[in-house]
Amino acid sequence: MKVPIEHYILLSTVLFCIGVMGVLLRRNAIILLMCVEIMLNSVNLLMAAFSTYHGDAAGQIFVFFIMVVAAAEVAVGLALIVMIYRNFKTTDINLFNKLKW
Amino acid sequence: MSQYLFYFLAFVSIFSALLVVTAKNPIHSVLFLIVTFFAIAGQYIILNAQFLAIVHIIVYAGAIMVLFLFVLMLLNLNKETEPVKSYLMKGIGVLAGCLLALVMVAALHKSTMSPALGLPNEDIGLVGNLGKVLFKEYVVPFEVSSLLFLSAMIGAVMLGKRDPKIEPVNESTN
Repeated sequence: MKVPIEHYILLSTVLFCIGVMGVLLRRNAIILLMCVEIMLNSVNLLMAAFSTYHGDAAGQIFVFFIMVVAAAEVAVGLALIVMIYRNFKTTDINLFNKLKW
Repeated sequence: MSQYLFYFLAFVSIFSALLVVTAKNPIHSVLFLIVTFFAIAGQYIILNAQFLAIVHIIVYAGAIMVLFLFVLMLLNLNKETEPVKSYLMKGIGVLAGCLLALVMVAALHKSTMSPALGLPNEDIGLVGNLGKVLFKEYVVPFEVSSLLFLSAMIGAVMLGKRDPKIEPVNESTN
């Protein structure tokens, strides 16, 4: 265990910010979901790192719960995207701006 | 040895995450996301969380990525149908992401890490230990997550079902 915990925090920060950047940059709704997955995974990695460095298994249990929520989120999100594509014939997020009001 | 492996896997995961964001073709995005997930699974193995690594590969690379690829191929999305934002919006997005990273790194720089409490246990990542903790202390959240899965399943089926009352929008451009 030679890698300092600060490096894990830096790696997770960089991955999280790449996910945020992807959500801001892209307009395809499916790629937005993928960037959300990157953000969730960076948090998972940090949880596992803290769990190992402090010798507490609760962090790894939380990672399982985050995985459960991520799987449910992807299932519902992709069902929504398929339904929207059936009606609008596109997955462009800018077309759904009626949801803003 | 594990130190070098950590830096190599960190480089691979950051590089492929950047490619997920910048790839023009959505299929390439999914493939680079799979590379990212495998690099993160390697990090779990370095962290002595073997069971977590296996579950991560099964759930993410096995289930979620197949779902993504399936939907992408079902909708027939490719480079030509990919919508693009204007350069101004892209620049603002990159700037906002970099500023968020700057704020987080600055906050980390100011803070001090408390030393580890007690002696780190090497084999907490094994199935037996995790199962004991999960079914002794976290039984109620475990059951609640099964309810969450059930409701997500019902919701996905409801959303995927074709509603005969709603007429699809007929666009003249298509």
